[in-house]
Amino acid sequence: MDLFKLFKKNTFSHGIHLDEYKDETNAKTTRRLPFAPELTLPLSQNTGKPAKAIVHKGQQVTRGEIIAVADGFMSVPLHSPVTGTIKAIDIAKTAEGGKQPAIIITTALSSGQHLLTSDIRNDYLQISREELIQAVQNTGMVGLGGAAFPSHVKMKIPADTNIHTVLINGCECEPFMTTDHRVMLERVEQLLHGIRIAMKCVAAPKAIIGIEDNKLDVLHAIEPHLPTDGSITIKAIITKYPQGAQKMLAYALLGIEIPSGQRSSSVGLAIFNVATLAKIGALLPANQGLIERIVTITGDNIAHPGNYLIPFGTPLSFLLEHVGFKGEEASLILGGPMMGMAVRSLDMPTTKATGTVLILDERATKRDDILPCIKCSRCLQACPIHLNPSELGLLAAQRQYDVMEEKYHLKDCFECGCCSYVCPSNIPLVQYFRIAKVLNRERHLQDG
Amino acid sequence: MAKSDLKIDIRTSPYIRKAPTVAQIMRNVVYALVPLVIYAVYQFGISALALVIITTLSCMLTEHFFCKMSAKKSTITDASAVITGLLLAMTLPPGFPLWMGAIAGFTAIAMGKTLFGGLGFNVFNPALVGRAFIQAAFPVSITTWTPALATDRFVEFIPSTLALPFMKPLPTADWTAQVALDGFSGATPLALMKFQGIMTDTYDLFFGTIAGSTGETSSLLILICGFYLVYRKMLDWRIPAAVLFGTAISAEFFYFMDPTKYPSPGFMVCSGGLMFAAVFMASDMVASPVTPLGIFVFGCLVGFLTVIIRLFGGLTEAVMYAILFGNAATPLIESYTQPRIYGARKQAKDK
Repeated sequence: MDLFKLFKKNTFSHGIHLDEYKDETNAKTTRRLPFAPELTLPLSQNTGKPAKAIVHKGQQVTRGEIIAVADGFMSVPLHSPVTGTIKAIDIAKTAEGGKQPAIIITTALSSGQHLLTSDIRNDYLQISREELIQAVQNTGMVGLGGAAFPSHVKMKIPADTNIHTVLINGCECEPFMTTDHRVMLERVEQLLHGIRIAMKCVAAPKAIIGIEDNKLDVLHAIEPHLPTDGSITIKAIITKYPQGAQKMLAYALLGIEIPSGQRSSSVGLAIFNVATLAKIGALLPANQGLIERIVTITGDNIAHPGNYLIPFGTPLSFLLEHVGFKGEEASLILGGPMMGMAVRSLDMPTTKATGTVLILDERATKRDDILPCIKCSRCLQACPIHLNPSELGLLAAQRQYDVMEEKYHLKDCFECGCCSYVCPSNIPLVQYFRIAKVLNRERHLQDG
Repeated sequence: MAKSDLKIDIRTSPYIRKAPTVAQIMRNVVYALVPLVIYAVYQFGISALALVIITTLSCMLTEHFFCKMSAKKSTITDASAVITGLLLAMTLPPGFPLWMGAIAGFTAIAMGKTLFGGLGFNVFNPALVGRAFIQAAFPVSITTWTPALATDRFVEFIPSTLALPFMKPLPTADWTAQVALDGFSGATPLALMKFQGIMTDTYDLFFGTIAGSTGETSSLLILICGFYLVYRKMLDWRIPAAVLFGTAISAEFFYFMDPTKYPSPGFMVCSGGLMFAAVFMASDMVASPVTPLGIFVFGCLVGFLTVIIRLFGGLTEAVMYAILFGNAATPLIESYTQPRIYGARKQAKDK
């Protein structure tokens, strides 16, 4: 018997404890913001192939109507978030960087914005796995955790793989973010529907919802609704960053390590974000498409921080106006402060991947000198993958990117940023690693 | 809100950071050394105080000078040079001539730090480089010990302290005989053990009522200062722990073989500045390993070498050489002790 397992706490080793900054928004019930007068919907809002537009300029569309179809298996359709008129199909700036083709819709302000509805289907658990996965694809569902990976692709498990457990990630370990927290409190029934759909798709007999122990109210809210047969359980694990990473979650909940370079399915796990499954649980029975999501808008100089239901394509400037942002200089971040992405302009729209809009002033904009590494080993004690960021950083400075990959496991870094967070010398370690990974990828492509 | 009014700052994640700065870490080490300096001055009087001031000033000025020379921003404010100066003074005899102390400070920074590229790039602990240099240059002065708690220590310098540069220091034997309390031999516990087979009581070693280098006599005080640093999370406790463990295990081996011939582990751990070296010298972040296993190997190596040099070498300054060897071995140790990454063992099994 493994003695260490006996004393194992419900967490992973290493990682960091962050200030949470969740009190501003975590008790605020989700509210809907008004519709923006114009929405910009990039055709590529998911990992994989962009959707193909099937509308033309001047066409009237109804809220919930399909405006772009999936282009292959690694793609999902796009539904119109509003009733209105197609203004253009044009190139637009996106938060993900660069310019991409997008459908621009003028909102019909006189319309009541009624959602296109069809009959509620209650037979979705009776249909075959293939049909169910197809139905998930039709909803345009992507992982709402941030990566926007098409959900149906994740549900398509290879024939030779056996999934024993579905893990539902309700950790939301990044500071400031509270959307998952709200979903778990407000959408329990939908979440359980979604979990059953996922279990059916991957043929797993068991599901575990993992939450961090700073959200115990969720535990109390969900527990009474769980099935009595024990097939779906909920477990609180220690609050620590990056607990929400797949590898960390698998280890904290089950003591299972996902082997380096392999997917979670190789150890019999399918891992989904709570918000994703709750949304599937709502959309699938109603035969609807994904058109909006809950977004936490929070940070400095905001009069009304909170959790808002926001249609995709809403410009950031519109959002900030409505939450009463007042400030002159700031970092504008889509996502959390640890792994989010800074955006350059307020013209950009929210997409399926936008779960948090965070504004930070001096906290983020203050710049300190970068000093030499003093080998204090804090980064080693923080890295959840047990890499050696100190050595990797020194190698990056020497441009020894191949050594970083071959000897120091650069590929296993999932860019959580713990090393940069704790570095006394202000070395932007995780940024070095991102650059090194990109350069290595290019080199491999050239080498064939 | 007019869109054009907002100045957007672009950078990469993480956008928040929370870490003590390098200067904060260094300053905390300085704070931890202050009680030792005070105790040293209490024990040895104004000579010790003068020595501390001279070595520290020498280190700081050297650092400043080389920064100016290479047209870099002066790194004098990060307090790392202050640490080197304090550490150096703590390892020298209290009556060490001041001009030699100044040279020691210069060598420590110039050869131990600047030569390698400054903070973060030194292979060896700079203070020990300085000490090793003057150990070779001034072997007599560095092994001349004076008694603690002399009556006039606060009004009178130890004669050797004020020796003129490149002149032979005044012999301290007469002075020592004059102020010595009862039969002070001028020998440190290690020398007594090594050359005369006399064991000093571990109790005296622990509380520091003995002859020895300026700041390394009281194991208890050093431990307290060490705990402060660990508490503030400014010191990786594993390094001193590994060094003490390595020393104790190695000493225990010999003690077990022949307790009449070899000293006990307790004596070994508490004598000759080992405690000081373990807490403040071996733990020099820059020159010690960062990997968990590497730290353990490093500590054991330092402890083992200390015991071997003490028992079989011709010198008593064992721990200094042991740490310098350990520093030299650090890159090698590190390259063989990379941590097992998450998910790696399972993969190996699969193959």
